[in-house]
Amino acid sequence: MSGARSASSHGLMVTLVGLALAAAPAAAAALSTKVYTVTIQQMSFGQPPKTLHVGDRIEWVNNDIFVHSATAADKSFDVELKPKARATIVLRKPGTVSFICRYHPGMKGQLVVAK
Amino acid sequence: MMKALGIAAALTLSAPLAAQAQAAKPNDAQIAHIAYTAGVIDVAAGQQAIAKSHNKAVLAFAQEMVRDHKAVNDQALALVKKLGVTPQDNPTSQALSKGAADESKKLAALKGTAFDRAYIANEVAYHKTVNGALASTLIPDAQNPELKSLLQTGLKLFTEHQLHAEHLAMGLK
Repeated sequence: MSGARSASSHGLMVTLVGLALAAAPAAAAALSTKVYTVTIQQMSFGQPPKTLHVGDRIEWVNNDIFVHSATAADKSFDVELKPKARATIVLRKPGTVSFICRYHPGMKGQLVVAK
Repeated sequence: MMKALGIAAALTLSAPLAAQAQAAKPNDAQIAHIAYTAGVIDVAAGQQAIAKSHNKAVLAFAQEMVRDHKAVNDQALALVKKLGVTPQDNPTSQALSKGAADESKKLAALKGTAFDRAYIANEVAYHKTVNGALASTLIPDAQNPELKSLLQTGLKLFTEHQLHAEHLAMGLK
């Protein structure tokens, strides 16, 4: 209920793009390799999915006309996103990571990554 | 000069914007002009800071102001072109420009930390005033939904700028 409300009220778009890398090596095949899109628009990050796993990818999409970044508090990622640009990161370790836009630190979110 | 929206008046007198706005509601062509002028002013202030400051955090802030406000203004220009609206000069825009020219002169006479403090203090005050005007007058009075939406995005952006400036100001004390 609250998830749906939050998603619609912020005009968020979190899309499961699908399974990636069909040709991934056998060792990595055991890992989750889903790609999720987190869209930035109107000065807000979209809501990341609640269930993430090591090996998943986050594709950040900047739909704004401003330069933004997706910057982890623990420095595990720092992606600069020019207007209308996109960039992908791989989640390499479990845990909860807070992130902000380093240009507009009021823009924030959190990734919860399970093993 | 003080009549139209009272934005510039609020800079010095803290006049209630909403009360003054009731007297003369701006049309979309005037709102677009005011918003664009407000952006141009902050771009110019940022460029002045880039030329004068040696403080890394202040320089980064000024670059952000130039970049973000230019982006909004480019979007605003594209929108008025699409809508076939010619932004209309008005007393509020003129008062804003006059206030900015005075402030720029004042800042030009300062150097070093004194400049940084004054620039950032003015950025806090300026964004506060413009955000107040956006929320109480410009957004509610805008008729065209696309203009209203752009102003709303502007308000979110400028609120971030105000927070950023307030944060910087604390570090410069």
